Amino acid sequence: MNFFANIWRNEKSREIIVQIFVLLCVGWFLSWLISNVDANFKALGKDLSFEFLFIPAGYDINQYLIEYNNRDSHLRAGIVGLLNTGLVAFFGIILATFLGITLGIIRLSKNWLASKIAYWYVEFTRNVPILLHILLWHGIIINTLPHPKKAINIGDVTFLSNRGFYIPKPLTEIGIELVYLFFVIAIIFSILFFKYAKKKQDLTGQQYPVIWINLMVLITLPMIGFFVSGMPITLEIPALKGFNFRGGMHMSPELAALTFALGIYTAAFIAEIVRAGILAIDKGQREAAESIGLKPSKVMNLVILPQARRVIIPPLTSQYLNLTKNSSLAIAIGYMDLVATLGGISLNQTGREMETMLIVMLIYLSVSLSISAFMNWYNNKVKLVGR
Amino acid sequence: MKTKILLAAATAGVMFAGSVLASTLDDVRARGKLNCIINTGLVGFAAPDDKGKWQGFDVDFCRAVAAATLGDADKVNYTTATGKTRFTKLAAGEGEILSRNTTWTFSRDVDLSQTFIGVNYYDGQGFMVPKALGVKSAKELDGASVCIQTGTTTELNLAEYFAGNGMKYNPVPIETNAEAQELYKAGRCDVYTTDASGLFATLYSFDNKADHMVLPEVVSKEPLGPVVRHGDDQWADIVSWVLRAMMAGEEKGITSKNVKELAAKDNKDKEINRLLGKDPLQGLSKLGLSPDWAVNVISQVGNYAETFEKHLYPLTIQRGMNALYKDGGLHYIPPIK
Amino acid sequence: MSSKTYKPGSYPDLPPPAGTVGVYGWIKMNLFSSISNSLLTILSFVLLYYLIDGIIGWFFLDAVFDADSKIECRKINDGACWAVITRRVGQFVYGFYPDAERWRIDISFLTMFIAFAPLLYPDLPKRKWLLWFSGIYPIMAFILINGGILGLSKIEYNLFGGFMLTVILGVSGIVCSLPIGILLALGRQSKLTVVRTLSVCFIEFMRGVPLITLLFVASSMLNYFMPPGTNFSILVRVIIMFTFFSAAYIAEVIRGGIQAIPKGQYEAADALGMNYWQKTRFITLPQALKISIPGIVNTFIGLYKDTTLVVVIGLLDPLGIGRAALADTKWNGLSTETYLFVALFFFVSCFAMSRYSLWLENKLNTDNK
Repeated sequence: MNFFANIWRNEKSREIIVQIFVLLCVGWFLSWLISNVDANFKALGKDLSFEFLFIPAGYDINQYLIEYNNRDSHLRAGIVGLLNTGLVAFFGIILATFLGITLGIIRLSKNWLASKIAYWYVEFTRNVPILLHILLWHGIIINTLPHPKKAINIGDVTFLSNRGFYIPKPLTEIGIELVYLFFVIAIIFSILFFKYAKKKQDLTGQQYPVIWINLMVLITLPMIGFFVSGMPITLEIPALKGFNFRGGMHMSPELAALTFALGIYTAAFIAEIVRAGILAIDKGQREAAESIGLKPSKVMNLVILPQARRVIIPPLTSQYLNLTKNSSLAIAIGYMDLVATLGGISLNQTGREMETMLIVMLIYLSVSLSISAFMNWYNNKVKLVGR
Repeated sequence: MKTKILLAAATAGVMFAGSVLASTLDDVRARGKLNCIINTGLVGFAAPDDKGKWQGFDVDFCRAVAAATLGDADKVNYTTATGKTRFTKLAAGEGEILSRNTTWTFSRDVDLSQTFIGVNYYDGQGFMVPKALGVKSAKELDGASVCIQTGTTTELNLAEYFAGNGMKYNPVPIETNAEAQELYKAGRCDVYTTDASGLFATLYSFDNKADHMVLPEVVSKEPLGPVVRHGDDQWADIVSWVLRAMMAGEEKGITSKNVKELAAKDNKDKEINRLLGKDPLQGLSKLGLSPDWAVNVISQVGNYAETFEKHLYPLTIQRGMNALYKDGGLHYIPPIK
Repeated sequence: MSSKTYKPGSYPDLPPPAGTVGVYGWIKMNLFSSISNSLLTILSFVLLYYLIDGIIGWFFLDAVFDADSKIECRKINDGACWAVITRRVGQFVYGFYPDAERWRIDISFLTMFIAFAPLLYPDLPKRKWLLWFSGIYPIMAFILINGGILGLSKIEYNLFGGFMLTVILGVSGIVCSLPIGILLALGRQSKLTVVRTLSVCFIEFMRGVPLITLLFVASSMLNYFMPPGTNFSILVRVIIMFTFFSAAYIAEVIRGGIQAIPKGQYEAADALGMNYWQKTRFITLPQALKISIPGIVNTFIGLYKDTTLVVVIGLLDPLGIGRAALADTKWNGLSTETYLFVALFFFVSCFAMSRYSLWLENKLNTDNK
């Protein structure tokens, strides 16, 4: 008895015992869950099998980035959905970032009216559930924009209607490779020039207008390639044929509503993050920068923003992650994302709720874990070195 | 020693009791309420009125089963389900019956492990378009935007129909009839496709009915009926015979008005006597129902024709295929013997 | 002119330059201090003008507040048709809860504020006594709302709906998730590898997947994980999922609180010879929880907003009630009015809560200075 008491009193061995106990409990619980699933499946005559992934899906999807028709498999339908998730997240993130940073800066501006408007924008949007944003935007687009036959015509090339937005689509012809090549060269040049200019500045203090020069190179070089190779890009202009517009690039009302809603909602959070990030910089930094005679734009770009970035980036990433997860609400308006295809129609047509939900959750989980891993790495990289 | 044996016996007893599942009927009786899964809102079939009371053809069937099993048609809890969630809800035990315009197909019956207990409405998939579109046939719909309820057979039919006719279309997936109505009215889609009954129900609710039309093509067979879970044959029998009792009521001229009267007297037609509990019906006790089950159903809910007329005539739906066999329809009732 | 002489240091202060005081000065300073600023101001004014012009007309002046259907509404005026809301306001608040029993909801909600007051306002007089009430409140509210004993009739869960459902889901989610969240936060900070790994796994899983997939699991699969024959209502299943979900977020908030405690606190506790649980009970949690309250309130706001997602699995929260109303032939096509009304409800309640959280944050800040 004394022996056991000693083991219990010893911190190391006690920790091991506790851990084994916890492990046993959790293991028992998990096996209990699994045995329940097993029993329930037996009672219902179901089994766990992923073969359904390879049978034809049978349904059509209205937006696909890779070729798809209803004879393709459920797996492919799932991939189409995943790409659609990626697409809306991409658009949403771009919109949210631009809008968010602009609003964050306006919030801090000395202009009382603009700052107040930005403030109320932030409060209104972030205190209303995202699902409502999505439904509202969808309702607005399909109820207020006209029918395709009366579509809003912008310069005969772009059309807005309640079936979505149609813009010209660039079609490439032979010779386009030259344009690509010139573009790559331009990128390489601008990177090298950037490095050279920075080195030069470090050594001599001399400054080049790096951004302007690079921008010019990035635009003019591909343009030269474009003309030299005989203008290998033509535009396919959408035209009204039958019921709808054909040709061109199409952004469906669902994609548009989702992009607006996600972008505008997330922008409110980003604005707060940006504001907090800028306010977090010690007042002395700005004062010091001003006192050595830096211009206001330089104060922002060289002193405030580089420091604020460290504070801003981690919550910003988690907002991006939230946006991506929120895009799963697409299902409410019928945008065919991952949850709507694999976790929705495939689930329903095959009755495999366990398998489909498992796949969907694992995909989201791996996306968020890899983004958090990246964020940790970045945090460590930019962390202030403690002294 | 003795206590140990007792303990073992008790444990065994508990385990045994745990492994025997109560029958669905016992569950319903113990609860005192029937859980019924219905449509989220389809006028004529299942829709709440302004007082929040559910009304409709499918709702009446739930009420009929409650009347047969519990003696009171009002003892029903309604759970709504979209086309997508209905089977998972049934499988998850959220209801004992799925009474929601569900098409009987092979894979749903076999692969999804459900029991279809009969057909209460013969239907077929159709298309509705605004007259302004100038379309006279479904064959002219190439390139149209089509509103469609996901998770339904119509979704698969549509894909097959358009591919079979070499046409393209732009599917606009929606979850409920209400959404479809909104999107269609707003012009998000040119065409709305669902079962013809659903189209009529939707059309009925429009304030400008004359501006829309249902195209002549019916592109599929949609036998709709109530569904129960696999594995409880007693319950499946109860539900299927409630449906038949309602139809038999129509066949024999038993209505909610005269059922009490007929049940009280000795009828010439012995089938009426057996149905209404005057004469013994062999095997009724196995179903666990009281002899007056059918009286309850017909007096509280009505016979098949009565519910049809009450809920579907206003939508201008004709009996057509849904008449009894003797009137040229498809409903043929096994004898109540 | 008159050259009055002053003694050094006694010259009266001159008034500030005319352009920097009063209304004019304020406008100049805050709206037109530079060219770009002036442009911004003008732009803002234009924006505001269009917004207000459009909104006020549609919202109020041309709006119809009572009519029998959308068609009637349109006959009367062409603004918003609020009749869809006013005709069903009972449903929006109580769902399908029986009319005669609605007083039970009213009492529960009114007393909820009394129960929460001592938790939210630390300086309340008689706080000790009120805390007792807070303790028994959940049981009381459950009995009142659910019924089944004490002569109260049992109300089925599927009659729950509207704003009442939102509050029930939000409050029970947050109340149930607090203890789990605290345990998870402690687990994540634990020295024991197994405990730490398990906590991290749970937290990261819950935070990594969209809530909607968890709700699908609740609605369609949770029963598979229970012994055959078990069946509990969808409402309970949804609350379980909300609890797990917000527990993960609360765990992270509290972890932040724990990490913010100065190291010296632990060292002092160790020096006093406290064991782990004493340290947790008397040193870690009191301080960590206090710092975390604003974070917890923010998590609650998030959870509260997320309750709208239950509409996707068919529960009738305000959004679900709104959609059911839209399904009614009479009210087809009034989506903007319906959604805006629900949005307004969420805005008012969430904004109030975020104000509170801000107030608390400021208060805690000054406490530390």
